[in-house]
Amino acid sequence: MTEHNVRNFTINFGPEHPSAHGVLRLVLELDGEIVERVDPHIGLLHRGTEKLIETKTFLQAVPYFDRLDYVAPMNQEHAFALAVEKLLDVEIPIRGQLIRVLFSEIGRVLNHLLNCTTAAMDVGALTPPLWGFEEREKLMVFYERACGARMHAAYFRPGGVHQDLPPELVEDIGKWCEQFPAKLNDIEALLAGNRIFKQRNVDIGNVTLEDAFAWGFSGPMVRGSGAAWDLRRAQPYECYSDLDFDVVIGKNGDCYDRWVLRINEMRESVKIMKQCVERLLGDAKTGPFNSMDGKVVPPKRAQMKRSMEALIHHFKLYTEGYHVPEGEVYAAVEAPKGEFGVYLVSDGTNKPYRCKIRAPGFAHLSAMDFMSKGHQLADVTAIIGTLDIVFGEVDR
Amino acid sequence: MDSFLSTYLWPALIMIGQSLLLLVLLLIGIAFILLADRKIWAAVQMRRGPNVVGPFGLLQSFADLLKFVLKEPIIPASADKVVFLLAPLISVTLALATWAVIPVADGWVIANINIGILYIFAISSLEVYGVIMGGWASNSKYAFLGSLRSAAQMVSYEVSIGLVIVTVLLTVGSLNLSDIVFAQQTGLGTMLGLPNSFLDWNWLALFPMFIVFFISALAETNRPPFDLPEAESELVAGFMVEYGSTPYMMFMLGEYAAIVLMCALTTTLFLGGWLPIIDVAVLNWIPGVIWFLIKVCLCFFMFAMVKAFVPRYRYDQLMRLGWKVFLPLSLAMVVIVAFVVKLTGWVG
Repeated sequence: MTEHNVRNFTINFGPEHPSAHGVLRLVLELDGEIVERVDPHIGLLHRGTEKLIETKTFLQAVPYFDRLDYVAPMNQEHAFALAVEKLLDVEIPIRGQLIRVLFSEIGRVLNHLLNCTTAAMDVGALTPPLWGFEEREKLMVFYERACGARMHAAYFRPGGVHQDLPPELVEDIGKWCEQFPAKLNDIEALLAGNRIFKQRNVDIGNVTLEDAFAWGFSGPMVRGSGAAWDLRRAQPYECYSDLDFDVVIGKNGDCYDRWVLRINEMRESVKIMKQCVERLLGDAKTGPFNSMDGKVVPPKRAQMKRSMEALIHHFKLYTEGYHVPEGEVYAAVEAPKGEFGVYLVSDGTNKPYRCKIRAPGFAHLSAMDFMSKGHQLADVTAIIGTLDIVFGEVDR
Repeated sequence: MDSFLSTYLWPALIMIGQSLLLLVLLLIGIAFILLADRKIWAAVQMRRGPNVVGPFGLLQSFADLLKFVLKEPIIPASADKVVFLLAPLISVTLALATWAVIPVADGWVIANINIGILYIFAISSLEVYGVIMGGWASNSKYAFLGSLRSAAQMVSYEVSIGLVIVTVLLTVGSLNLSDIVFAQQTGLGTMLGLPNSFLDWNWLALFPMFIVFFISALAETNRPPFDLPEAESELVAGFMVEYGSTPYMMFMLGEYAAIVLMCALTTTLFLGGWLPIIDVAVLNWIPGVIWFLIKVCLCFFMFAMVKAFVPRYRYDQLMRLGWKVFLPLSLAMVVIVAFVVKLTGWVG
């Protein structure tokens, strides 16, 4: 008998794979059904966003952020807008802040609806995505009614938001908030207590709190392990400090905890949205929605008809753009997937000198090997599901 | 010459005619069952399902058939051509062959053999070959993993299905499927004072076995939550990954033929075959075949609903369920039923 070298079974998972959530390519080394090594290959959706932004004015850079995490576009714009505003030292009026918070939370629900339902699909439950997409569709219509685009909104701009919201839209969002929790309960009732779903998710992809911090996790990934770390609470931006909401945390840091956490986060988001709607129809019903300081937002149409100054401003804004004072700044928001940060360096011209984007999905994906090792092949999809990665932002 | 004609030729011709009739009706039935599956699934998901081809999409399956047949079959360069094409043929032939012994009404059976249940068991054990050959011959890693899983799964659940059938046989005392149905005319219902009713059927007397059988049937036919061989989220399409056009359609056809067969078997073993729910006037005017069809459709509805709302088991969990839960349970039931039958002398 000669000795044989038994080679492990290597399979290529993706880039075209139904549960790769985009263009993820994993090279899996399997020992039977047990995963020995996971090697994520990324870059298939790399578009050079950061470099492209360097060649665009600050205003023209906004739409690139929609195309990062295209599941919740406005949350990304938010981080960029905050970074530019910090450099410009511009303060947004309360109505603008409320609109931003309202749409940030819509983004969070959009994201979590997609994630929770497709995570269920990754373990084989094919019905929830269709239920969730029904609600997502309604939310995308709100996006469309606010800015004209269902996905690539370009709505949060440095200095405020692009347009004011009509009161009917705010009322409709309020009505949506009333009916959504029932739909959410349906999805939760179908899965959360399901024994197969639990068997597939409990104790899968465990991350301890130390590991979560060591791997640079943020958002639901770190909250799932038990840390009450939420940028909306830890370093409040906009008017989050005036709003009443809870930071949902998990306990065991497994896939199931993260899934339940995201479901509950949607409930909190609805709570925040209700408060925003109430104020947008109440004390902040009228008033400016963007900041007039620093000439970063275009003048009103009516003004342009009578004021030469306004006309020049409008022309300069859309051709040359505005100059941002020299300096560097880091601004981060609690995007649905975690901490989404923008590190911006300005050299005093109308274009960013450097724009580094910190995408939460990138840090989460890097832990793929650590989380999947020793699990079964089928668990890899469950783990990808709760990592909540979107390739737009991982590859940038 | 005359005796040759009357003893061999005519019976053979009649048998062929019957088989063809059954096959045609079965295939048409499967076309609608497939549509029903999609419609039920769509309804749970708040969709409409296929509704374009024909009224209410009734002709959808036929349109699909045309599409599959007219597509170019693609055989991977590294595949073993003969085995690759043989595999779907085997699975569809075996799935259809099993129907020969299923009694759809009193006396309406092509081969009324006295070991009918053994025949079914033998044929359905062979069905795994189609899957293994398909997965192996495609020479693809996904297909290979899918077929390996499938082999283990089908073997495991056949054991518990076998033991479930043994409990039924113990109470009936015959391997003939028609006898099994006849035996269900008397049973618990008669004891409870409702003779010739649905309470007489085996599902009540052997209730745990009915559940085990239903679940094992799901596993045996690779339906969710046991659809691991074709687990979409991990193995893309499992053993069928490399298949397309007609060969793929034959796999699908074989799969659905097996599913409908399992429904028919559940009906025969546990739901009283062609017997009416209560043997009274009006209800027993309805022909047996209609009752049989109603029950099969009911079983299929359950199959379809399960698909719509369960996630999928992981491979090891599936094995655990098969070997550590169903096997001991059905073994224990065999012993219990055997004792009860022996002590009370109650057969059928």
